[in-house]
Amino acid sequence: MVRCFLIHTVCPLSALSAGDSRLLYCRLFAPEDGLLTGQLRELSPEERRLLRMEKAAVVARQVRSAVSLSRDASGRPPMEALPGEEALALQEASSGVVRLRAGDPFSEEMSALWLAVQSLGFTLVCEPHENLLLAEGTLRNLTRHCLEHLHMLGQGSEVLLRSNRIDALLSRLLPHGQLLFLNHRFAQSLEKDVAAYMAK
Amino acid sequence: MFSHGSESLIKQAREIQESELQKFYCRLVKLLQGKEFGHETMDSLQRLHLILSATKYTRTLPAELQRRLLSLLSSPVEQLQVLSSAVLRETLPLSGQELNYNQENVQLNIHSAALLLSQAGSRADLSSLCAQLLRSLESRQSEGPSYSLTHTLPILNAILTHSPECLTEDHVTLLSKKLVDWLRYASITQGGGASSGGFFTGPRSRQPVPIAELDGTVSGDFFTVLCVGQGFTEDQWMNVYSFSMLHHWLLTYHSAPSGNTLADTDDRSEVDGSVVSMVSATSSSSRLLPPKERLREKAFQYCLRLIEQSDRKALKRTDTELQKACLVEAVCILDCVCVEDTSLVYRTFPCVKALFGRLSSDLTFARVLLPIAQFYLNHGEMAAVDCESVWKLVFGRFPAELFNDPFLAHELLRFLRLNLGSLQLRVPQYPRSFPNLLKFLAWDSPAVVDDFVDLLPSLVTVETAVELLHTLLDLPCLTATLVLQLRSTCSPISEPGGRGLLSLDAFRSPSFRGLFLYLLRAEAGSGDTIDRLSTLHEFLAESADWPRVVQCSQTVPVLLHIFFNTVVTVADEKLLAHLILVMLERSSLLLNLPTYMKEIHRVFSCHLLRLCKLRPSLVVDQSHELLEFAGTTASVYSKEEIYTHVVWALGEYLSVSCDSRCSVTLITSCFETLEAVLFEITSSTPPPGAACPAPRVVTTLISALAKLASRSHDLIPRVSLFLSKLRTVTRAGSVAWCSDEEDLVAIVTRGEELWSLLKTPGVAQSVLTPPPHVTTPQWHRDTNLSMSLQLRTLTSLTHTQ
Repeated sequence: MVRCFLIHTVCPLSALSAGDSRLLYCRLFAPEDGLLTGQLRELSPEERRLLRMEKAAVVARQVRSAVSLSRDASGRPPMEALPGEEALALQEASSGVVRLRAGDPFSEEMSALWLAVQSLGFTLVCEPHENLLLAEGTLRNLTRHCLEHLHMLGQGSEVLLRSNRIDALLSRLLPHGQLLFLNHRFAQSLEKDVAAYMAK
Repeated sequence: MFSHGSESLIKQAREIQESELQKFYCRLVKLLQGKEFGHETMDSLQRLHLILSATKYTRTLPAELQRRLLSLLSSPVEQLQVLSSAVLRETLPLSGQELNYNQENVQLNIHSAALLLSQAGSRADLSSLCAQLLRSLESRQSEGPSYSLTHTLPILNAILTHSPECLTEDHVTLLSKKLVDWLRYASITQGGGASSGGFFTGPRSRQPVPIAELDGTVSGDFFTVLCVGQGFTEDQWMNVYSFSMLHHWLLTYHSAPSGNTLADTDDRSEVDGSVVSMVSATSSSSRLLPPKERLREKAFQYCLRLIEQSDRKALKRTDTELQKACLVEAVCILDCVCVEDTSLVYRTFPCVKALFGRLSSDLTFARVLLPIAQFYLNHGEMAAVDCESVWKLVFGRFPAELFNDPFLAHELLRFLRLNLGSLQLRVPQYPRSFPNLLKFLAWDSPAVVDDFVDLLPSLVTVETAVELLHTLLDLPCLTATLVLQLRSTCSPISEPGGRGLLSLDAFRSPSFRGLFLYLLRAEAGSGDTIDRLSTLHEFLAESADWPRVVQCSQTVPVLLHIFFNTVVTVADEKLLAHLILVMLERSSLLLNLPTYMKEIHRVFSCHLLRLCKLRPSLVVDQSHELLEFAGTTASVYSKEEIYTHVVWALGEYLSVSCDSRCSVTLITSCFETLEAVLFEITSSTPPPGAACPAPRVVTTLISALAKLASRSHDLIPRVSLFLSKLRTVTRAGSVAWCSDEEDLVAIVTRGEELWSLLKTPGVAQSVLTPPPHVTTPQWHRDTNLSMSLQLRTLTSLTHTQ
């Protein structure tokens, strides 16, 4: 299953140091690892939440550096898509996968799939035995919906102000972190539901 | 996309004053007291979420507000469910009011379930949640929306990930039965009230329409995720959710013989394949099988059907992608099922083999072929199937043609890492395939260097070590060549603008093509390296600023360290000698990247020393080549690091105590070689373009000469003469070959120390050429040392302080 879904910056920000990344949306699925093996039992709930956020930040930073190295290597100038050109932005997006070693930051090895659209990165952290082909497709689908429903090619502050839409989207397409095998009909049905939610 | 506005929103949320926050809480409570919730409430809740999630330090909400939010979890308005769940996830549960995991009558929606999952504090909580969910599954409360049933499986899957023991044996049996129902016996007619159309809407014409395949034809078998219809019934939805979690379910409950939790779900090769199935696989009536075995059989049938369905040409592109994903999943599940019950292998292999035959020539299915390779690796031997063609693909075509696909690279390297043991045993061409495998690294070093850190030791063998060393040193050249290869296929023959022109022309010209083709070779064994390496480096000189080449060059030193660390464990003296020669030879034969040469020299120096320390006789053995290297004055300026270490090694290990073949003649000739270089660099200005020799080189040379002299006492007068001359010259003032005064002082001081030491040759010999038992400490085993240690221990024990 998917451990977490993140939306974070992949461009340099003046408020942060060079390799750092600002987390705009972070959703961790399932009970945390280490909870039941007793590692986390000594920690208070605040400390646990702090640990969760630190782990998400670590993942975001690693993806950020992978994105910038990948962009340097490909040498393509970043394109600026305008609102309305979501499909084009998605097509031009670079993608890749980062191997997160056991312990860094999750207790087991994980694969972090990323999709970088201009200044933002969309990351899906999966357990490695997961079907990465399906995960890649799901990530693209999620990104497309986020770009469209949150008008992210514009000012982009809706990610922060309308995070409930992302929650609703995830509850359909990635319920509790479960990747789904959806053919176009099933997907259509869920997307209609999502669109109905967004319209409210 | 990410604007100044967003940044300031976050800042505001973090820096909100406590008084303002309390006022906001009060306002929100008031809003929530009303009957109707409008836009203002939603926006305020969203704003609350932003304030809570923007900081990593948890804020606590006032109790009243928290209670109201809890009640919103069961609101009929979904937006309120979403927002309240999101807010409560970011804060702490009220003490004493932890969520009740045993509540019977609360109907769980997906958002309240998410909150329960995230706040679960113990295994007991999760077990209660499991029990509750399964009860609702059993009783089939059909009053709620269909989601209340469909999202049960994802929650269970999430709990399984962390704590498979939360499900009791009965639960597992119950779910196995349900999964069988949903997977195999879902409706085969379209749901959603689809009618056959037309004007007649009477009950007679509302015949159930059968489901269809992805290519439009009517489906003739049971429902799967690759079947479509206008609408779907609930059990068809459950079919999708069941299949989505099937692999994980099988890995968790079907791999270990006694149903214990799995420690390592990835390492299937370790799983005991001798689990005997209760009923023979040829049993005709599967209804006689116990639930777990029945599920296995149905999973098997489902996967075979998916494989057949994936051969159809889907009408939509997204469905084609889904077919690929289904193939991957199907093969993985078949693999898992065959590991559990090896008698299924004979039924499965023909199908998998046919699938391989169908897909092996199409590179767009490469990622599907990897699970097939895993299947062959796990079961091929048992089924006595020839796997040659599979390995030809995995080690041949995939790295050679798909090196720039990041996902394939990741999955293929992961496959290698997980199966290293089996591969080394069953695939003899694996260690020889490093020229191909390294293409992944050459293309995208940052992404895969981690994998190669793990894989490289397995590629180091005695037969291929030298070729591997050469290949690693030329990795940036391989990167440049791969770039040229891609550019050559994409761009027209004549490029306007001229970027990359020289190297691209060389790549395309028939007379030099052979050089590049050597780098692009697929297998090791055709020669350690090529003669015209320097020509190749010249052609590729302009690639020095290509980002990919630079990134690759930064990973080479790390890999060299791993290489050397591994090779000393397998190499014999002959190979080590050869490696030293390669190091000396290649120190000047590297692609000219700004810091590359320096870094490589540093690695070489470190390992040269280690090799010599490990086998001191190597120095005497290779003295001819080492002296040739040490006698070249130009090396002092261009390869200072390596030169220093070679001289040091000569001084230290060229003695009879290290190797009995060391003769007086040898010591004398070495002395003369080093003396000549020392004279040259201290008597004239450096050649134009070079900086002054580093002080360390000079002192190392002086020390080496002193050491050699201490072993052959007739050389002592010559050293003394030189050292006194040095002192005289430097007293006169500054010298041309040393710019810093402090350095000069240090050099002269060292010279004087050695000079005074050499006045007593006996002492000099034991100081400069100490016998082995002095340099290898014995600590308590040494009777001379142990006395003082014993006394010290006794004193500290008996001394009462």
